[in-house]
Amino acid sequence: MVPLSYYLVLSGILFACGVTGFLIKRNIITIFMSIELMLNGVNLSFVAFAAHWHLLSGQVFVFFVMVVAAAEAAVGLAIIIAVQRNRETLNVDRVNLLKL
Amino acid sequence: MLQLVIFLVFGALCVAGAVNLLVQRHPINSALSLIVVMASLAVEFLLLGAEFVAAVQVIIYAGAIMVLFVFVIMLLNAGEEEATKGSRVAMLLGVPAVVVGSGLVAWVLVEHSSAQSAEALLGAPRTIGWMLFHEFLLPFEITSVLVLIAIIGAVVLASRLDTSTPEPGSRAAQLDKMGSVGQLREAGSPVEPVGAQNRRQG
Repeated sequence: MVPLSYYLVLSGILFACGVTGFLIKRNIITIFMSIELMLNGVNLSFVAFAAHWHLLSGQVFVFFVMVVAAAEAAVGLAIIIAVQRNRETLNVDRVNLLKL
Repeated sequence: MLQLVIFLVFGALCVAGAVNLLVQRHPINSALSLIVVMASLAVEFLLLGAEFVAAVQVIIYAGAIMVLFVFVIMLLNAGEEEATKGSRVAMLLGVPAVVVGSGLVAWVLVEHSSAQSAEALLGAPRTIGWMLFHEFLLPFEITSVLVLIAIIGAVVLASRLDTSTPEPGSRAAQLDKMGSVGQLREAGSPVEPVGAQNRRQG
């Protein structure tokens, strides 16, 4: 059997990769994908803890996280389309006025 | 033993995909490596006995959300990422900090957590569904409202709002770029105002 800590380490690595991408990437779509990566890392730790404590609530929480991620992706990508239409760039350094 | 091997293989694939997401400069390559991460995470979920979560991971994440991402990347014709000055400083400071931080957390977890192994807890769709509609009924309904709001928000944000007084910068510039106004001017026909064209199209 795989120890719980291995799953948590993997989830931490994924979350750290997401944070790094969020900080170093300049393309707004890639930044968005880094957020999805962070959510995936959290999902893995949810499922691992659900298996560890023998509680199915963790898996239900993962379902909710996925629903919220889907809603977030839909709205965020619509915002990205609006930004691209108004500013004609996807570089976050050029979208600095908080004004579309 | 076999489970440990499967965990290590797909965990390595997962981390490789995540690192590849950071290294690649073109967003479409990042999106494809994110699909690799999500697919191998689904295998990890199966290893933990979460059948329903694994299926939903493949269907919703790798299927729906990533298709949306790839579609938007192609729709906006996103090119290669431009390197900027600030990103290099963030890279030099951030990557070692993240490596040190995650190494510290991994060390603490491996050393000080219980050696108890995570046994597979069977999350069959029937059980999950029963919990979802009994214990978590109110959150479930609230998420349905959230999804409805998200649909409306996405439609409103992504649609072209037909303003009666168009700003000089955006609309006219776009039409000019497409060449419609320029061709009209060359043909000598009177150029009608941009707002009238928009109203007729809308």
